[in-house]
Amino acid sequence: MSEPLVSIQNLRVAFRMEDGEPFEAIKGISFDIPKNRTVALVGESGSGKSVTSMAILRLLPSNAEFGAESKILFEGKDLLQEDPHALRKVRGGNIAMIFQEPMTSLNPVFTVGDQIMETLMLHMGMGRRAARQKAISLLTECGLPEPERRVDRYPHELSGGQQQRVMIAMAIACEPKLLIADEPTTALDVTIQKQILKLVADLQKARGMSVLFITHDLDVVGEFAHEAVVMREGEIREHSEIRKIFESPQDNYTKALIKCRPHLGRRPQRLAVIDDFMQGTPYKEPPHRPRGYSHGDEIILDVQGLHKTFFSREGLFGKRAFDAVKDVSFKLAKGKTLGIVGESGSGKTTVGLTLMRLHEATAGKAFFNGKDILSMTPKEFKAYKRRIQIVFQNPYASLNPRFTVQDILTEPMMLHGIGSGAQERRRLAADLADRVGLSSNALSKYPHEFSGGQRQRIAIARCLTMKPDILICDESVSALDVSVQAQVLNLLQDLQDEFRLSYLFISHDLSVVKHISDQVMVMHEGVLVEQADSDVIYANPQHDYTRELLASIPRGWPRDSFNAEGALAEA
Amino acid sequence: MANEKGSRSLWALGWKRLRKDHIGFVSLWMVAAFVLLALAGALGLVASGWRNEVAKPYAPPTLLKSLGPKHVQLTAENIDAANKASEQANGQPSTGTSLTADEDPLAGDLAEASKNEGQYQEAATQKAETLPMGADLRGRDVLQKVLKGTSTSMLVGLMGSLAAIVLGTIMGGFGGYFGQKIDDLLMWFYSVFTSVPDMLLLLAFSAVLRRGISTVILVMALTSWTGTFRLMRAEFLKHKSREYVKAADAIGASHLRRMFVHILPNVSYLLLVQFSILTVALIKYEVILSFLGFGVSVTQISWGSMLAEAPAELIQGYWWQMACVTLFMSILVTAFSMLTDSLRDALDPKVK
Repeated sequence: MSEPLVSIQNLRVAFRMEDGEPFEAIKGISFDIPKNRTVALVGESGSGKSVTSMAILRLLPSNAEFGAESKILFEGKDLLQEDPHALRKVRGGNIAMIFQEPMTSLNPVFTVGDQIMETLMLHMGMGRRAARQKAISLLTECGLPEPERRVDRYPHELSGGQQQRVMIAMAIACEPKLLIADEPTTALDVTIQKQILKLVADLQKARGMSVLFITHDLDVVGEFAHEAVVMREGEIREHSEIRKIFESPQDNYTKALIKCRPHLGRRPQRLAVIDDFMQGTPYKEPPHRPRGYSHGDEIILDVQGLHKTFFSREGLFGKRAFDAVKDVSFKLAKGKTLGIVGESGSGKTTVGLTLMRLHEATAGKAFFNGKDILSMTPKEFKAYKRRIQIVFQNPYASLNPRFTVQDILTEPMMLHGIGSGAQERRRLAADLADRVGLSSNALSKYPHEFSGGQRQRIAIARCLTMKPDILICDESVSALDVSVQAQVLNLLQDLQDEFRLSYLFISHDLSVVKHISDQVMVMHEGVLVEQADSDVIYANPQHDYTRELLASIPRGWPRDSFNAEGALAEA
Repeated sequence: MANEKGSRSLWALGWKRLRKDHIGFVSLWMVAAFVLLALAGALGLVASGWRNEVAKPYAPPTLLKSLGPKHVQLTAENIDAANKASEQANGQPSTGTSLTADEDPLAGDLAEASKNEGQYQEAATQKAETLPMGADLRGRDVLQKVLKGTSTSMLVGLMGSLAAIVLGTIMGGFGGYFGQKIDDLLMWFYSVFTSVPDMLLLLAFSAVLRRGISTVILVMALTSWTGTFRLMRAEFLKHKSREYVKAADAIGASHLRRMFVHILPNVSYLLLVQFSILTVALIKYEVILSFLGFGVSVTQISWGSMLAEAPAELIQGYWWQMACVTLFMSILVTAFSMLTDSLRDALDPKVK
């Protein structure tokens, strides 16, 4: 094999923290990025994968320090020793990068054409006219529809997927030898994600460049990466061909990563978590759980013709109506889970917020134990309020940062008169904290001292303090790492079994919804397009849109899903 | 610190950051010293005798003895001696005191007065020739005056900005949180207020109301709530759609609870910064008002009313009263501004 394009040797990066203590983010890792190959860098948050990519570009903040023997060789030259001028040439020309959030990476006051042309004129020395021609051809290559027209558009006039295409066009403008893609599809819907992944794979082949693809989700890269580097806590756990990673993973952590992601073909009673693998004992998958509504189910929530229209001001007196939810009806059974899937803008979140009356419904009825909660006065609704609760998506935003966990947990009890006094409430709060898996000293701490998964547990515990009948989970696990996601999903399942909770599980992640839901409804632009038992809908989708969604799910390693389907047939 | 309770609130983290900021920490101590001084002044522990005329008029600072005025004691002997001197110089007798007893209408009264003189004689207090910081026209100690003035100015600044903050927060909170009609009304009110120049408003209010410290505080509060209002309106507008507030709504917290128990603590660091900015501004406003004669009443003393005496003094070359006030004011204002800067750095959650 020829000399690699990039060779990272014994890379160590430490950050000097606020209290002066160094924190070692990368603990001496070495790997190569060969020419004309796609290397996936896989790991959870805190694994150091982004720090590694930033180190290649030397874009780390000023409190970062490299180890003495660290080397990052790019075509034989050590990037860590280069002066700023030489580095700038490398950054724009030989190494390009695309980021997770296309909206914030593009400058909103310039047209996308100007931004691509700027790169071309700076690095390639092109004239204005030539640069414009080149920009249009690049946009064409990146699959942006109507590139001649769109080249003069501003970023906000494009959709998220189109913005990401522009970002990619800008990145490949100077024909880089290495493209670093830092979670470029995480913020996008599944159907768009699939298109972007395909684009990156196609460009890599057509241009013969190397790609370093950073992601937290192994399944995303399974279809097109050549090799994968699995990182955890600043160390490399495994580095091999993508085939081997999926078919015969050597490291326990890699095995765990593959198993803890809910999969379309499997539905174990309990998802695997990292700890199951790290203890050294071989992991045995628990038996599968059957799902679906049955005839004897008690219906706890019956929604009929729910409709929500938003009005936005237009001009001085004008109003513009936008129907976010159009005539949606469904039934939620006691102790069961109804999953709502759809892309952003499908109205799935609005359904949840309207049922909680955080938005006022425009039309429709929702019978909760036979009473229409949407037509109640706020006073009447107060008694029902605690029985429908919601867990939000972002665990970092949904807890008041100035409250201790104890304040957070006792507040709802105080408001609803649960528990006879402060003493008893504190005891109840401690019990619940224990039930959701928080340690006993957590009560006196503040939210910022917890990780994302722990915060989501706090949010769940807060809902449980009111002993709700229905829990709306609005993308509640979407912001979490796969391993943490598995833990929270297991927790939700345990709580459902214990308290017979009904869940309205809203998510864009079809695998997760399949795992946890008895029935699934698919929403598209405010309309309910299809609804059925989850096994039925995934096996035999009726609607075109459902089929398109299902086809866009990253399959991981194709062989793997094949095996799983075989396993399903056996079960 | 960590093992005390095992946990640190955002305030505690902010405090930790502030302690590491040397300039901020020194400023904090200086401001604290000024506050203590102001408190002591208000309670009468310090400078309670600022009204006493303890020195000769315009007595100079101790270190600069030569700068003071040459005092001449005016007695009858002095006047006669002066007359004699002028007679000799002119070569003819002066007409001043050469009246006979019959001709002088005051002679009887004067004779009686000099007979009774002993009875009215009070123990003459010895007036000091110099004072540490000099004296003013009436021989009052400039240092005492400035200490008492610090107390007044700080009181006006702190209370004024506190009142302005409370006013601005309540109005801004309601406007931003509820929006719609309430917000429109408050915004209209705000626009009207800000369309009038600040100084004009200050002068108008103080011209209408009775003079005195409480009036000055009231005037300050009424004119300077606008900045806080705008800031708080924007913050409440931003925070009311945050998930933690929605979560509070979901668990059944009332509007007032959401506003003042949930949102307010999260924006309070801004209020603290706003408070210190306003205090500095109001101390300066108070000086201007008192200088123009619209501030504290004549029986009270503040930095502004001290500075109001400065023009007359400067013409005669007596600069120490102005210098002393300027020194105290600069130290306080600089320390306060530095502290504000450090507070903003230390408490802003975005920095974390």
